[in-house]
Amino acid sequence: MNTISFTTEKIAKTFNRRKIFSEISFSLNKSDSLAITGRNGSGKSTLLKILANVLSPTKGEIGMKINDKIVKPTDYFAYLGLVSPYLQLYDEFSGWENLDLFRRIRGVDASVDYLTELLRRVNLWERRNDYVRTYSSGMKQRLKYAFALIHRPPILLLDEPTSNLDTEGISTVYQIIEEQKKAGILIVATNDAEDMKKCEQVLDLNTQASGKDPK
Amino acid sequence: MTTFSAISATLTIFKKDLRSELRTRYALNALIMFVITTISVILFAIGNESVSPELLSGILWIIIFFSTMSGLSRSFVSEEERGTVMTLHLIARPLTIYFGKLLFNLILLGALNIFTVILYLLFVTGFNVSSYSIFIVTILLGTLGLASASTIIAAIIAKANTKGTLYPVLSFPILLPLLLTVINATKLSVEGAAFIDAVGDFQVLISYLVVITTISYLLFEYIWKE
Repeated sequence: MNTISFTTEKIAKTFNRRKIFSEISFSLNKSDSLAITGRNGSGKSTLLKILANVLSPTKGEIGMKINDKIVKPTDYFAYLGLVSPYLQLYDEFSGWENLDLFRRIRGVDASVDYLTELLRRVNLWERRNDYVRTYSSGMKQRLKYAFALIHRPPILLLDEPTSNLDTEGISTVYQIIEEQKKAGILIVATNDAEDMKKCEQVLDLNTQASGKDPK
Repeated sequence: MTTFSAISATLTIFKKDLRSELRTRYALNALIMFVITTISVILFAIGNESVSPELLSGILWIIIFFSTMSGLSRSFVSEEERGTVMTLHLIARPLTIYFGKLLFNLILLGALNIFTVILYLLFVTGFNVSSYSIFIVTILLGTLGLASASTIIAAIIAKANTKGTLYPVLSFPILLPLLLTVINATKLSVEGAAFIDAVGDFQVLISYLVVITTISYLLFEYIWKE
């Protein structure tokens, strides 16, 4: 993919007349990274769900262009990867079965070798045939990364990216973050200072101010 | 996404639901037990009384209606309860998911109706089908209509807080035209009417199926996305 652009224009969200946030606008291109921060309840996860087209905004528009072609909202899923605490994979299937299922539904030509590589990368290869319900919370979080990367998305959305992970897992996540920053767009919702340092831009939902380089 | 890949994704969602159902038995056990229990209660209630075939035709569809209500909502409710709805949002288009779920409900309801009808014919005395051609077409079109309507209603109620009670309440007015028609057609099959006599009912059932499927196709995207 040569060019990628992901924009939001004056996005607002209200739940039962309670305003969560309003007037959120930003524009990101290839190699851009944005950290979304704010106190608990400020709407970080809600904003990420809206960006992933899982939730509709009350107001505002989202736009995605790949190679200068406008992508229809119903096709956003093909270009987005999301890792979030709210995301649940199928407990009654094994880690391998989950990935194989997602590969088939997405219709991506991810080879068996690539699935193997993903599972090895998130350190789940040895447990690939175990049911997900037997996984620990950290292992489930690792599997979510494999799920998010299976179609090599140009836009990667991460909500609390390092939650439940051990040192080794955090290191893998930071490696994924660095690779994504080179290959596409990265958006991270976090309050963790280390996670925020990985992004070049910051959007603070408390003040709704955006700035560059939090380092 | 090409038509071929959309069909392939739909079939994969269907297979996923089937495999998941066989492993978890979310709906299957409840449905089978419901049918067995209801037929047993009806047999005890009837006792040695002789009940008219018209009434027995109605009772058959009451069993099918309530067993549908007890099991088919699971297709969407289980995804909502397990929190896997977001996962589905992230891997496929809304209509792919709808048709995958519809196919699963269709197969599940088809198998359930075959099981129900066999038990009903075996154990309920006084229910003798004279025109099998009318009976089979009625069961087939009734199953298609029920599966189609209950799938979209399941998608709606999965978002509600009171899922259990809302499903039959919301389904009843939507399914009423279908139920009245299938009961009438089943009565004709028991009375031994000619196939031509039931054609009017079949036309109503086909129209119902087309209308419900078209409405579902148009509305699902809005229902699916909160």
